[in-house]
Amino acid sequence: MADVQENKLTQAQIEELAIHLENAELEAYEVTKITDDFPEMTYKDAFDIQWEIRRRKEARGNKIVGMKMGLTSWAKMAQMGVEHPCYGFLADYFSVPDGGEIKHDELIHPKIEAELAFVTKAPLKGPGIHIGDVLRATDFVMPAVEVIDSRYKDFKFDLKSVIADNSSSSRFITGGRMAPPADLDLKTLGVVMEINGEVVQTGAGAAVLGHPASSVAMLANMLGERGEEIPAGTFIMIGAITAAVQVNKGDSFSVRYQDLGTISGKFV
Amino acid sequence: MNTEQIKLLGDELYQALCQRQQVKPLTSRFEDITIEDSYHISLQLLQRRLDAGERIIGKKIGLTSKAVQNMLKVDQPDFGYLTDKMAFSQGQEMPISQQLIQPKAEGEIAFILKKDLLGPGITAADVLAATDCVIPCFEVVDSRIDNWQIKIQDTVADNASCGLFVLGDKAVDPRKVDLSTCGMVVEKNGSVISTGAGAAALGSPVNCVVWLANKLGEFGIPLKAGEVILSGSLVPLEPVQAGDYMSVSIGGIGSASVRFV
Repeated sequence: MADVQENKLTQAQIEELAIHLENAELEAYEVTKITDDFPEMTYKDAFDIQWEIRRRKEARGNKIVGMKMGLTSWAKMAQMGVEHPCYGFLADYFSVPDGGEIKHDELIHPKIEAELAFVTKAPLKGPGIHIGDVLRATDFVMPAVEVIDSRYKDFKFDLKSVIADNSSSSRFITGGRMAPPADLDLKTLGVVMEINGEVVQTGAGAAVLGHPASSVAMLANMLGERGEEIPAGTFIMIGAITAAVQVNKGDSFSVRYQDLGTISGKFV
Repeated sequence: MNTEQIKLLGDELYQALCQRQQVKPLTSRFEDITIEDSYHISLQLLQRRLDAGERIIGKKIGLTSKAVQNMLKVDQPDFGYLTDKMAFSQGQEMPISQQLIQPKAEGEIAFILKKDLLGPGITAADVLAATDCVIPCFEVVDSRIDNWQIKIQDTVADNASCGLFVLGDKAVDPRKVDLSTCGMVVEKNGSVISTGAGAAALGSPVNCVVWLANKLGEFGIPLKAGEVILSGSLVPLEPVQAGDYMSVSIGGIGSASVRFV
């Protein structure tokens, strides 16, 4: 991310693109990827658009309840032709209770991913954060399912476009049981995703950058590039352990985690 | 298929095994070959190995993933026999370039039984009660059939495409592991290449052993105390060659590694 430090878009263009992408999210319609119209835009521009969307939500009274990492599996990065993961924020209304219902009509073409979430008890500020720092700063780990919903047509995007689109964040469910990281073997921790009672995906923690905690370290280091930190008490989803699976209205899902219980929900 | 044909095909596959040669798919030569014919062919192949001094030490279950079953258009697993000559220990070099033709590695959970199991009517609870321990395992499958162009009848006749296997050096009581959610991480030459969990094999590796006990029960054959049962791959098959190094780690169980030469 060599051009992370400079802008090619004007502040007015950044605000305009933030409105454009946030409207697509709020009203659930597809748009073409923004790099088609702004091929010169930089990673700094992309993150500035995301942070502008975040600012708009907070100004409207929404609370930011956590962070997420995206494109954290080597397979997914290769599939999307990108070389780096990305992050996004979680707003209060993204949260769906365990066992709850997700309204399919509020989304465009949702997919679900089995993830883990880390909750911190100490701040993490990059650069230079490593797995050891993350484990020391982690209060507990709990299971999470993310509903991703790219605002881009057919889920097709490049890294800059997806960063501007808040890394496809839309909904998440957390629950199951929590455990301190010292009690878990995070690399081999297994997950089993079932949709309508059928096993559709299995995986283990190492699918995320080799070790789930390395995803949190990367978030701290990426935020550090903007002078931001991860405060104590932050809920962080680490990115998909399994492939993302498309879901339809009426589908119910349940994800079982080794040593961490089960999360379930339904699309209505 | 008559007895003579079955014997000839079993002998042909044994020759292919010994000389590391590939043969044309049986299904391309005998259109009406049944799965039952194939199991009889595999028994002739096994008999040749026993005649040469090998000893049966267990069984393997194959075709346990939905993806593989869909690819071969079948709705059931298959099984083959394990002999002492196929078994390798943790840390030992596995001579695939001398013994195998087109090897692929898969990560599995091996069951070691402490009681006999005779189907029909065997349940998951019976399997758990009869299991002494579970052990991480690499199975290196191989096919004597041209370029892995197999249908189910081909692989069944070819001893379920069995090659060689290595068991890890940690054995765990099955009561201590959730065999359905336990995660698997496979690394090749230092990189994570795949992950999975127990449920990838018929919902649970236990279900695979249940299937085998009941399938063999149809022929009056028990799974025996002390036998090693390889329960089926939890991850996609990975082609391997001499010089590769692989390891598999299973949550709550342990790991196994193998160096291919």
